[in-house]
Amino acid sequence: MSAHPEHPLHLAVALDGAGWHPTAWRDPQATPQALFTPGYWTALVRAAERGLFDFATIEDALGLQSDDHLSTTDRRTDRVRGRLDAELIAAFVAPLTSRIGLVPTVTTTHTEPFHLASALATLDHDSLGRAGWRVQTSVRSDEAAHFGRRALPEIRRDALGTPEVDAAVADLFEEAGDAVEVVRRLWDSWEDGTEIRDAATGRFLDRDKLHHVDFTGRFFSVRGPGIVPRPPQGQPLVVVLAHGRTVYELAARSADVVLVTPQQASDVPRVVAEVRAAEQAVGRTGAPLRILAELVVALDPDPAAARERVGRLDGLAGSPLRSDAAIVTGSPGELADVLQEWRAASPELDGFRLRPAVLPTDLDALADELVPELQRRGVFRGEYDSVSLRERFGLVRPASRYASTPEVAR
Amino acid sequence: MSAAKQVILGAYFPGVNHDTVWSDPASGSHIDFASFEHWARTAERGKLDLLFLAEGLRLRTRGEAIFDQDVVGRPDTFTVLASLAAITEHVGLAGTINSTFNEPYELARKFATLDLLSGGRAAWNVVTSFDAPTGENFRRGGFLHPSQRYERAGETLAATRRLWDSWGSDAVVADQESGRFLRDEHVGDFSFRGEQFDIAGRFSTPRSPQGHPVVLQAGESPAGRDFAAANSDAIFSRYQRFDEARAFYTDVKARVRKAGRDPDEVKILPSAAIILGDTEADARDRHADIRSRQVDPFTSIVLAETVWNRDLSDVDPDGPVPDLEPAPDAPKWIKGRAPLTQDAHATAEAWRELGRREGLTLRQVVTKVFDRNVFVGTPSSVAAEIDRYVREGAVDGFILGSHVSPSGLDEVVDRVVPLLQDRGVFRTEYTGTTLRDNLGLAPASRFGEPGTAG
Ligand SMILES: Cc1cc2nc3c(=O)[nH]c(=O)nc-3n(C[C@H](O)[C@H](O)[C@H](O)COP(=O)(O)O)c2cc1C
Repeated sequence: MSAHPEHPLHLAVALDGAGWHPTAWRDPQATPQALFTPGYWTALVRAAERGLFDFATIEDALGLQSDDHLSTTDRRTDRVRGRLDAELIAAFVAPLTSRIGLVPTVTTTHTEPFHLASALATLDHDSLGRAGWRVQTSVRSDEAAHFGRRALPEIRRDALGTPEVDAAVADLFEEAGDAVEVVRRLWDSWEDGTEIRDAATGRFLDRDKLHHVDFTGRFFSVRGPGIVPRPPQGQPLVVVLAHGRTVYELAARSADVVLVTPQQASDVPRVVAEVRAAEQAVGRTGAPLRILAELVVALDPDPAAARERVGRLDGLAGSPLRSDAAIVTGSPGELADVLQEWRAASPELDGFRLRPAVLPTDLDALADELVPELQRRGVFRGEYDSVSLRERFGLVRPASRYASTPEVAR
Repeated sequence: MSAAKQVILGAYFPGVNHDTVWSDPASGSHIDFASFEHWARTAERGKLDLLFLAEGLRLRTRGEAIFDQDVVGRPDTFTVLASLAAITEHVGLAGTINSTFNEPYELARKFATLDLLSGGRAAWNVVTSFDAPTGENFRRGGFLHPSQRYERAGETLAATRRLWDSWGSDAVVADQESGRFLRDEHVGDFSFRGEQFDIAGRFSTPRSPQGHPVVLQAGESPAGRDFAAANSDAIFSRYQRFDEARAFYTDVKARVRKAGRDPDEVKILPSAAIILGDTEADARDRHADIRSRQVDPFTSIVLAETVWNRDLSDVDPDGPVPDLEPAPDAPKWIKGRAPLTQDAHATAEAWRELGRREGLTLRQVVTKVFDRNVFVGTPSSVAAEIDRYVREGAVDGFILGSHVSPSGLDEVVDRVVPLLQDRGVFRTEYTGTTLRDNLGLAPASRFGEPGTAG
């Protein structure tokens, strides 16, 4: 397979704690004491930028981690517990980086969409057009108790599929859709060129270019306009991780990029087809979703060493590494083969979000070994081609939906 | 001989208010990060204590129309401060964040994160605006009875402190050998029950360098002053003239003593601007010029409307203060601006009296009443005045603004700060590592042991 200039490969990296292996923090290369320091995050995001990644996501939640992400927090003391706010990490690294997209995870369940819209618009201003948002819902009842405004039923894994639980989950996703809609309207509520600084008439802005968003839904209503002028990208990149039909539809309605989890190359065409079917079902207009497949990766030039490293961590964890996404343990060249094989399985797969099993080890391997290997094979760019994150995905900068004379998209 | 009493200096970002002269050729963007970067680097070059951002969660309106004559729009406070944390090393990062439209768990996380990212430089200016139009942007809606806004603020602060205290500074063990990451299974446990909040669970962000970010307050009713006396480390006030500043200072410090705290623990920091000239006459000319641009005819009408609470479009700004009665009980004519007065009728009468006595037009009265630039003079006379305010117990320092953004601070840092340093009343190097250290505040105490229920 060769490079498709018209269909470039996209690579994102998923940053979380010490890495995606539950005992990654015990790897000799890990620096678990540094997880809550700014230097740790700066070094990670800079490494991802060194590897020319499209964007880095930063995981987050409004509760302490648990080994089972559905259940309330466990009482384990042998796992990484605790996090910094992802949006603020992204804001911190913004002035210390120049090209990589910054995509914090922020939940729609307990946050105020108005604050969220302001924060992400500001991240876009501070990073000169590199902001994105990974939309997430908070299903856990303990997180709801941190706010005390609503009670969520405890959703146990074995109760999935019961009508009561399905209804609760459907509500969370409907609310997420509303939240994204409000955030997007608020980003549009200042048209481009609102600030006119017309000294002759004493007008700082043209108020005809400011708009109430007047959103009323089942879960909240927001009047607007926003307080932050329209962000440089117009609309920062919205990203949704989806494992099934309901969430594919949320992504199709709300997102620019969907993250999916095929288990092997032969799953890819089916997953892509399901995403396209969801787009049809919700009547998506505009650019089709960009589709990135998820992979957990543990890398070493010597594949046996990679397997041995994961085996050691599995031993410490007491069970083999498991994930919702497929796992590649091997050499960077082997990973490159997998990526090319998956891309070959469907021309509509735009790329990958890679989850390093151990940080910074596997991220360094991605930046310094996988990416050069992909470049040698002629399937990945040799330099950043744009600053704006949307532009990198071939997405136009949209005109504000409220603009009376829609500008020509650029 | 004891050392001279030290001056505290902060800087607020000149933005949404009538003090900002956006038409000045020196005026730049109030949104681009480059502006914030310039401002922050200048403050740090001047060894200032802290940077300060105000907050407004809705656009101002006059009647139903969005107000278009002042600077409009501002970035998200937490985000800007986190970006500034990356490019500064010493200066404090103070954000004004409303306690009515935020939840304790999120606030505690954001401030703990900002404190961790900045190495202990975070500060929170707790404000309590509660108006219904602002509430139209939030899930909780706008209504909060005025008597409850300080109840909510007090509980918000108490709950966030409990969350901050729920991780001991030794909670993260991260011992790779033994496999123990957390000290014990109770790390982060908290509960808080009050009239406003009933919350419990586990907090998810480790204890930050300051433990508790510095707490500022801005509010002036008796309830606001008592809240500040009991809870805050510093107060952002608007009382700048010497006598009113000293009256406020005396009143609040007495309240602090009554709350059982050491008066030195609460710093009083009015906002102020500095206008310099090479001679006193020069400075006065510059001041007059800036004032005429800050309070142009239209702005003088709008500022009067904030008192009268009604449309004064038909009033001539170059005529006398109008005889019309204010309408304090009518729906708010100007929304999104902190109230300027508690008693509209008395204020209107005082303005009329001032106009009659001194033969001033409405615009001249407004210009005079809203003259917030306490320091007009040469660098040396201004430095002497600042020193006097602090030495004579009217303030502990100032938070400085400017009529241009972002370069307005440059001249203060270049010309006044060195003179304060020469007088031995302002630092020449940062000495502490945290904002608490730099402000001379005690380390945060622990309000209860980690894991204790509330
Ligand atoms: C000097 C000063 C600055 C203030 N800045 C803000 C601000 O930036 N944002 C805000 O929402 N309220 C601000 N306020 C309003 C106060 O938080 C408070 O809501 C208001 O003063 C009413 O409370 P009070 O009756 O105790 O004075 C400010 C008040 C003062 C005195």
